[in-house]
Amino acid sequence: MAKKELDLTIAIGGAAGQGIATPGNVLARIFARGGLHLYSYNAHQSIIRGGHILLMLRVGDREVLSHGDRIDLLVCLNQDTMDRHLRLMGEGSRILFNSDDVVPGATRPGAQLCPMPVKTLSGNSKNKVIQNTLSLGATMSLLGLDFAVLEEALGQLLAKKGEDVVRENVTVARAGYDHASAHFEPFPTPLPQGKKPLAVWAGNDALALGGAAAGVKFYAAYPMSPASGVLHWMAQNGRSLGIMVRQVEDEIGVANMTIGAAHAGVRAMCATSGGGFALMTEAIGSAAMMEIPAVFINVMRAGPSTGVPTKTEQGDLRQVLGASQGDFERFIVAPKNALDAFDTVPELFNLVDRAQCPGIILSDLLISEGTFSVDPDAVDLHPSIDRGALLLDPSPNGDYHRYADTESGISPRVAPGAEGFVHVVATDEHDEAGVLISDEFTNPLIRRQMVEKRARKFETIAADVPAPELEGPKNADVTLVGFGSTYGVVKEAALRLAEEGVSANQLAIKWIVPFHVDAVTKALAGAKRIVVVENNYTGQFAQYLRGETGITAHAHIRKYDGEPFTPHHIVEGVREILARETAVFVPTQEVMV
Amino acid sequence: MSHATLATATLELPRTPSSVKEYRGRVEPDWCPGCGDFGVLNALQRACFELGLQPHQLLIVSGIGCSSNLPGYMNAYGMHTLHGRSLPVATGAKLANHELNVICTGGDGDGYGIGGNHLMHTARRNIDLTYIVMDNQIYGLTTGQISPTSRFDMKTKSTPQGSLEWPLNPLTSAIMNGATYVARGFSGDPKHLTELIKGGIRHRGFALIDVFSPCVTFNLDNDYPFFKERVTKLEDEGHDPSDWKTACEKAMAWGDTIYTGLFFRSTDRPTLDGLEPVLQNAPPLARQPLGLTAEQAKTLMKRMM
Repeated sequence: MAKKELDLTIAIGGAAGQGIATPGNVLARIFARGGLHLYSYNAHQSIIRGGHILLMLRVGDREVLSHGDRIDLLVCLNQDTMDRHLRLMGEGSRILFNSDDVVPGATRPGAQLCPMPVKTLSGNSKNKVIQNTLSLGATMSLLGLDFAVLEEALGQLLAKKGEDVVRENVTVARAGYDHASAHFEPFPTPLPQGKKPLAVWAGNDALALGGAAAGVKFYAAYPMSPASGVLHWMAQNGRSLGIMVRQVEDEIGVANMTIGAAHAGVRAMCATSGGGFALMTEAIGSAAMMEIPAVFINVMRAGPSTGVPTKTEQGDLRQVLGASQGDFERFIVAPKNALDAFDTVPELFNLVDRAQCPGIILSDLLISEGTFSVDPDAVDLHPSIDRGALLLDPSPNGDYHRYADTESGISPRVAPGAEGFVHVVATDEHDEAGVLISDEFTNPLIRRQMVEKRARKFETIAADVPAPELEGPKNADVTLVGFGSTYGVVKEAALRLAEEGVSANQLAIKWIVPFHVDAVTKALAGAKRIVVVENNYTGQFAQYLRGETGITAHAHIRKYDGEPFTPHHIVEGVREILARETAVFVPTQEVMV
Repeated sequence: MSHATLATATLELPRTPSSVKEYRGRVEPDWCPGCGDFGVLNALQRACFELGLQPHQLLIVSGIGCSSNLPGYMNAYGMHTLHGRSLPVATGAKLANHELNVICTGGDGDGYGIGGNHLMHTARRNIDLTYIVMDNQIYGLTTGQISPTSRFDMKTKSTPQGSLEWPLNPLTSAIMNGATYVARGFSGDPKHLTELIKGGIRHRGFALIDVFSPCVTFNLDNDYPFFKERVTKLEDEGHDPSDWKTACEKAMAWGDTIYTGLFFRSTDRPTLDGLEPVLQNAPPLARQPLGLTAEQAKTLMKRMM
């Protein structure tokens, strides 16, 4: 971002159980209501109590593309946070801490320590999370915001807990605000307020809301981080929206129940992470064979196996490409950010309904658990719904063949319950009428016909999927290629490289299948230096790109430590690659979380 | 077939089949001659006929195995799903269209082995499904290995020196886990079996009907004579199916006397589909309008602001 633009990052650090989420939510709402853009990333661990959590909220006056490279205000709720991050706090930064419990270390020049005597300020409150409220008040002062804004937000957030709780919190927040105003130097530029209000959502909310807007009537899940947010949204809102929500005994049951519901005629969806997705894979193949449209979401976390359950990775590309035995058609899409995730759900439902096949969404922890601002006018809650050749209330004609071999390959579909259309769908290969060919006699001609029919219908519909386009300057020195959630951070890195005199553009891949071989080949044909950026060790995407197009990237920037890229990781990688012809650059994670 | 040809079709008026033969599917069963599954298929077709259920009101869902080929032999909507997965698929279908009569069919390996987890959970949900398990105590389609209901020391291709494992008891398992209609039939007594199936379909809740359906090819231990000599109908002994303790005792009997009939029935517990709020006074989910109303959209957006 250019220097004159507002770009400020607040980080709140503490242990699990210290109540970091609440001040984080309050600040996010305040920023978004005032029209500021927001990108937040919560670095946490798979721990019930203790450990270290660092919630980073980056605000700006235009779209924020990543959680950024530096922290401007560090709120230390415990000593551990101070010890871990103080050394990273540079000139102009502020460090807010409870001076009763936390001892600061040596600061770098220009970093301002902001001690708060919590016991005195809170009137010796016994409330263990009172320091959070004090910190909120002090933060408002440091950011140059009116206290009234916080008072209103606390009133709304705590309304359910009663007037006494609201009063106590407002009083303590006020004390924090006044203390900061009297003792600390605020940031030089106050945060602007009063612009058009923005909404706040997590990527999982966006996926769930996208489902609701697309007409999902059945949602099933088994709890698994980082996908559980979709289940929680659905459980919270399902009844009022007429969506059936089921928590099922395992992901095998989830996927099969979803398919059963979809066959009966509803739009059905489920979400999980890599381990649960592994259990779903056989069912996904069955949806392809029975020609039942349904959407399966895999929110990637660091693997293999249980892996690092609360950390991010783009390590499941190969898994989704290879999900289920056999040779079959399915869509695979990796949204670029939360808004794109929202838009992708109805888009994918239309495609799978038209092609009568499964569709897979590849999200990741970064998108799904991050919290972002979004312009409410950009969220289309009434997207077009196209159910393809699903016939509702059809009239019988006496000779219905579920898998009729049409020119397009698409066979009119009728859900059970309609008179005169009785048929059987089977996971065994079958003929046009649905009769098993494996049972009667295995007929190579029918087998070939049905394989080709399914392939043809997919090709018919897949032709409508938009191809990726190069973003940024033409004839750039470097072309950065990635898929899914790296879109924003790569875009920001490219802008920063431009400031350094290195021209970089980006080819961001959203559609994994269908993969636009011609468009990608053309886009990369004139590229001076292709650098693939991905969040894994083995270069799954680079291999896929080579396999599909024959294009071998010149260099790679890879990260597989559980933490997402920030812009300088990519900027440094490009510098290194240009200077030393480095083949694979692996950035070091500085913020230890 | 195109949309155009469908649109010019003539309308058939709903009518009840006049003969049980109308429930026959497009193809003849490929089961071995003498297979117990024929008796189950006939009993199911007769039960549907006698209950006046029209083919399009039925959805038969199976897994994989010899007996799971059954949907193809019925004139009814059918789903021949994955091995062990008929119950979750059927649950999804029933919840999406609760006006359908959904019947699951399969074998002991499918239902009690690979799909065993789903049976326990489907039972506790008490969803309105009828589950008919053709229990032949053997894996037949894979040419003869032990199943979850094979007896201790049984010699099969996978246990040539005899099995070291004891069989599970599907009836007590189902009762303990919350099934509200638990019965056992014998394909050698089709009249009795037909009544049990009719009872299961009529019952509101999860019904398990375990059926002794001998495999005449791969299980010579548990053949027709074995069962004929032993089966005793609970109805003849005046068993009270509301008494779960006696039901479990009777279900544990495995000697000279093996009971068939209705072991347990409870009408006290509500069904999942009956409890589910989004189905109350509403058409099936599959018939409801898609997407958000303007009011819903407004509320959701407001909550994010």
